[in-house]
Amino acid sequence: MSVSEPLVSFRGVQKTYDGEMLVVKDLNLDIRRGEFLTMLGPSGSGKTTSLMMLAGFEVPTHGEITLAGQSLRDTPPHKRDIGVVFQNYALFPHMTVEENIAFPLAVRRLPKSEQKARVARALDVVKLGALGARRPGQLSGGQQQRVALARALVFEPKLVLMDEPLGALDKQLREHMQIEIKHIHDNLGLTVVYVTHDQSEALTMSDRIAVFHEGVVQQLDTPQGLYEQPRNSFVANFIGENNMLGGTLEGVDAEHCRVRLDDGTLVEARAGCGDGAGRRVSLSLRPEKVELEPQGEIANRLTARVKETIYHGDHMRVRLDVVGNDDFTVKMRYRANRVVPKPGDTLSIGFAARDCLALDAPH
Amino acid sequence: MPLAGTGASLKAQLRRAERMRKLRAFALVLPLLLFIVVTFVVPILDMLRLSVVDRDLATVWPHVARSIGAWTDRSQVPPPSVFDALATDIRDSYRARTLPLAARRLNYAIDEGRTLVFTTARRLPETSADWRATLIGIDPHWGELATWAAVDQASGPLTSFFLLAAVDRHKTADGHIVATPSGQAIYVEVLTRTFKVSFIVTLLCVVLGFPVAYLLATQPPRRANLLMILVLLPFWTSLLVRTAAWIVLLQEQGIINHALIWLGVIDSPVRLIYNRIGVYIAMTHILLPFLILPLYSVMKGIKPSYMLAAKSLGASPTEAFIRVYLPMTLPGIGAGALLVFILALGYYITPALVGGAADQMISYFIAFYTSDSVNWGMASALGAVLLTATLLLYWVYDRLVGITNVKLG
Ligand SMILES: Nc1ncnc2c1ncn2[C@@H]1O[C@H](COP(=O)(O)OP(=O)(O)OP(=O)(O)O)[C@@H](O)[C@H]1O
Ligand SMILES: [Mg+2]
Repeated sequence: MSVSEPLVSFRGVQKTYDGEMLVVKDLNLDIRRGEFLTMLGPSGSGKTTSLMMLAGFEVPTHGEITLAGQSLRDTPPHKRDIGVVFQNYALFPHMTVEENIAFPLAVRRLPKSEQKARVARALDVVKLGALGARRPGQLSGGQQQRVALARALVFEPKLVLMDEPLGALDKQLREHMQIEIKHIHDNLGLTVVYVTHDQSEALTMSDRIAVFHEGVVQQLDTPQGLYEQPRNSFVANFIGENNMLGGTLEGVDAEHCRVRLDDGTLVEARAGCGDGAGRRVSLSLRPEKVELEPQGEIANRLTARVKETIYHGDHMRVRLDVVGNDDFTVKMRYRANRVVPKPGDTLSIGFAARDCLALDAPH
Repeated sequence: MPLAGTGASLKAQLRRAERMRKLRAFALVLPLLLFIVVTFVVPILDMLRLSVVDRDLATVWPHVARSIGAWTDRSQVPPPSVFDALATDIRDSYRARTLPLAARRLNYAIDEGRTLVFTTARRLPETSADWRATLIGIDPHWGELATWAAVDQASGPLTSFFLLAAVDRHKTADGHIVATPSGQAIYVEVLTRTFKVSFIVTLLCVVLGFPVAYLLATQPPRRANLLMILVLLPFWTSLLVRTAAWIVLLQEQGIINHALIWLGVIDSPVRLIYNRIGVYIAMTHILLPFLILPLYSVMKGIKPSYMLAAKSLGASPTEAFIRVYLPMTLPGIGAGALLVFILALGYYITPALVGGAADQMISYFIAFYTSDSVNWGMASALGAVLLTATLLLYWVYDRLVGITNVKLG
């Protein structure tokens, strides 16, 4: 088997629970060995369902999933050797932390001494050495999370699945655990499939992200690729902050295109849409890429009315009305002697052609 | 300020904080506590008192009760003064028509005690120079040590007679405690039988109830509700009706025998009622909901993700069930089994109706002594023995299972 062969591959997988609505429609996804892949998407987009099909707790209605080249169709969950971390951890309350972690080793009938050694190592990895004798009920949320992680890792599975493992933790702990999970992934060379609907979590942790929407993977790309080269307006809106302006395509040449906005202004943009003049497109503009009162040469200039300014500590957000979009946000860095705009002011905004992406308008 | 971590002061603070909480908690349970004390604890203690208090003879025969203390040399019959007192008391109580009370009490302890008392009263002369000779002349039993030992023990105010009798023991004339001859001993056997029947019924309930509770907890709500109604249905019918229904079903010409013959399982009707089998069947049926309900509520609280987690960690479905699911249901099994067992200990109507003479439980005898023969001493002594045995068993149970692991839902 070659190194480049994917560890997991979903081929034309469909899933319906009620025989009427497809919760997962035609899922095609390759997960590479050793990568950290995140399934990201809004609630109900089919992430958990996809993960549960991989773990073996749900059966695909159609299509096939392979693990290391082997079809999983006839492999029951307990023979798949996939570690799963559940959202509510599912630690066994009647066992101590050590017994919980030893569980996968005990059912594999490993010698007691080996179990002990491995449990101790796993506790070390998640930095819980001293708490082995406690019951899950006596641990904090973060500690329970670590135990669940240790339990899913201790039998050295080929693949680890995590379904919103940090969902129940507060922001600070969550950020801390993100880094720790990432370190464990790097140090142990695991393949991780991670589910979340928190985009910043996905961006900071993942090698690649699959954006789910209505049972379809909208885009599978690196975090940077998703942010800078979203394939459609759903992805553009879902990943990071985004401003949209509607317009009509005038012409495309190679990478660039011209778009006529609804107020008649002509804008230079990157082409991320289909070809053909007269097509409706949405221009995607990130708040930090737009300049207020631009000085000097700049490709595009528009007039805007200030609606509101919001203080954010290290920066200021200015909400503007730009060509009919009155929720157009711009991030403004503080600079010495900078005049803060007031609601009602009229000012000009500018942005480079490469910072503005024309995408097919959502239907 | 003391350093944080100087154990003593921290502990003191904790204790103070806890004390306030405990006081408040105590104030909240106080009304119920008082209610229970007044309506439950006090009557039970009063009832238990009856098993050691023995005043029947002393009220009717006050002189005997007072003078029997003069009987110090137990190798021979009491001194004449005691015989004098006996003659006075028999005459007085015969006239006051209270003699039957004394006769009944002595009859518990002496064979033919009633005859002895009444014969003596009827033949008693007006006067006598030597009451000892006269009385022994009327009935030679008055010359026997055993008779006087019984009178002594019955003179109160406290007695161990009933409690000893409840465990098939009695005190001999010289004060030794000996086992009652096997022909007359019954209570130890009844007590063991009571525990054995209760234990087997509990076992049957666990075996039959576990799958039902599991089904209830795992079915979709609509079907679970329907099943729940079926489980609860017996609760809505009177105990007597249910027991009577079993009599109809189980009799030799009943549906069950007919069905078994029709299926070819048996050739001729088998006896399913008025024996132990009938008791087991009827009691298990009646007590089953008490096991299913706590077990169901515990099972309901077990999230499916535990089983999924166990399987993802490599446990086969059977292994996941045994190692993860079953242990989590133990508190429910513990609670249900304890409930069923303790309820079963007190059952008497059902065994009385569907059991034979050899299947009666201890409550049957308690009921017999309270309502038929009005022997409160014996009734409460049997009750005390049952209570003690139950508490003892509860203690063992607590040791083995840990009562804190028991959960009613
Ligand atoms: N067991 C089930 N039976 C019927 N429908 C289900 C079941 N599980 C999920 N669904 C439906 O399938 C759809 C996708 O659910 P899924 O749990 O995969 O979403 P998700 O992307 O994980 O969402 P979330 O972020 O909220 O966890 C939802 O519309 C949900 O209602
Ligand atoms: Mg989910």
